[in-house]
Amino acid sequence: MSLVIVDTGCANLASVQYAFERLGIEPLVSDDPVTILSAERVVLPGVGSAPFAMRGIHAKGLGPVLQSLKQPVIGICLGMQLLYETLEEGGETVEGLGLIPGTIEKLQTGDLPAPHMGWNTLQTVKQDPLLNGISDGDYAYFVHSYAAFVSDSTLMTAEYGSAFTAITRSKNVWGCQFHPERSSKTGALILKNFLDINL
Amino acid sequence: MLTRRIIPCLDVRDGRVVKGVQFRNHEDVGDIIDLALRYRDEGADELVFYDITASVDDRTVSPEWVGKVSRALDIPFCVAGGIKTVEAAGARLAAGADKISVNSPALMRPDLINELSDAYGVQCIVVGIDTFADGEIYRVKSHTGDPDKTRETGRLTLDWVQDVVQRGAGEIVLNCMNRDGVRKGYDLEQLKAVRAVCEVPLIASGGAGATEHFEDVFKRANVDGALAASVFHKSVIAIPDLKADLRRAGIEVRL
Repeated sequence: MSLVIVDTGCANLASVQYAFERLGIEPLVSDDPVTILSAERVVLPGVGSAPFAMRGIHAKGLGPVLQSLKQPVIGICLGMQLLYETLEEGGETVEGLGLIPGTIEKLQTGDLPAPHMGWNTLQTVKQDPLLNGISDGDYAYFVHSYAAFVSDSTLMTAEYGSAFTAITRSKNVWGCQFHPERSSKTGALILKNFLDINL
Repeated sequence: MLTRRIIPCLDVRDGRVVKGVQFRNHEDVGDIIDLALRYRDEGADELVFYDITASVDDRTVSPEWVGKVSRALDIPFCVAGGIKTVEAAGARLAAGADKISVNSPALMRPDLINELSDAYGVQCIVVGIDTFADGEIYRVKSHTGDPDKTRETGRLTLDWVQDVVQRGAGEIVLNCMNRDGVRKGYDLEQLKAVRAVCEVPLIASGGAGATEHFEDVFKRANVDGALAASVFHKSVIAIPDLKADLRRAGIEVRL
C-alpha cells in the first residue's frame, strides 16, 4: 500500500514513519502534490505551533492539495488540529484546512498542570472502523495545550480538566489528538485500522 | 483520567547504559535498545536517555542512536545531554525523539529555552534541574555529570523553576542530588515546595528505593511522574508489580 506522510516542515516526522514501518508499510515522506494526490493513504503529522505549520503548508502550496484529497487521510496531534476551520493559538487566529467543522482552542485544564502530557483513557462516542478492537478505558499518549471541543465529528473523547475530542472524523478524514505512534498497542491498532479502512 | 507516569532513566555513556551512585563510580548495565525494549515490555510509560558525559566533554549525543531507539520504541522518549543549540535539538527531534531535555546549557544561557520552545513548541521542551538541599534552601548545580566539574550556579531552585516555565519549558525533571542513587525515598519536602510554584508537569527524580517511595511521591508531592534508574536496572523493583501496587493504593496508573 502506498502511504505518504506529508512533509509540513515540522521537525518530528521520523517517529510516525517508523510506526508504519513496524506495521510492514514503507511510507514516503513528501511535499510533492502529485505524490500526495496519488497515495492510497495520506498522513498529516505535526508538532509545534499552528501558525508555523500553516505557514509551512501554504509556502509549499499544499493547502488546495490537502483539501482535495478523496482517499483516507489521518491527522496526528497538531496535524489533526490543522484539519479544523480555525485555530486559536497564542492570541493569534489561524485559518486551518477546514476539512472538519469547528475551532481549536486552549484546553481548559483548571488547576491541573499544562500542557496535558501523558497517558490518558479514551471513551467512545461513536462506532467507527478506525476504532475496531479499541475499548473504553484504553490508554493513549497525549502531549498538547490546545484541543477541539466535543462535537458531531467526535468519535472518542478524553478528559483533562474538561472533556475534549481525542479522535475525530469527517467523511474521508480522521484525526487523533494523541500520538498513535507512541501509544503502544492501542496506537498501533488504530494505525492498522487506518490502513484497513474501505471507503 | 490522566495516569501518573513511571519513567526509567537510562544514563548513557559511550553508547552503553551505565549507572553510578551520587553521580560517581559508573558501572555498565547494558545495551541501549535491549534495555529500552525491556522497559517498554514491562510497562514503562516513557523513557529518558541522558548522555551524562555530554555537557562536561563539550560534545552532544548522537542522533544515530536516537533514530535506532525511535525505530524500536512505541512509547515516548526524551533525549538529554549537551544540547546547546536549536539545531542540535532539531536534529534529535528529527531523528525521532519526542522531547529534548536541557540542563547545564540552559543555566549558562537561559535564552536557549525561549529559542527551543519558539522553534518546536513547549510540549517537547523539558528542563532538567539538578538541585541540592542545604537545609531548607534549595540550590541549582550544573555540570553534574562529572563531580570534579560540578559548579555552583548561584541560583535558587524555586526561582529557577519559575524562570524556566516562564521561558517556555513544557516539563520539569527535578533531580534531588542528595537522594540520587541512595534509595531512601524521594525528597518529598523539596518536591512539594517545587510543585507549589510549578505550573507545568513535574517529574521527581532521585532516591527511589521501594514501592512506598513512589506511592509517597505521587500522594504527598502530587508529581506527574516519577523517574528512577538503579531500582529498575538492578531489578529491585519490577515495573508490573510496582504499577499493580500503586493501583491498589488508589493511584491512577496505566496497566
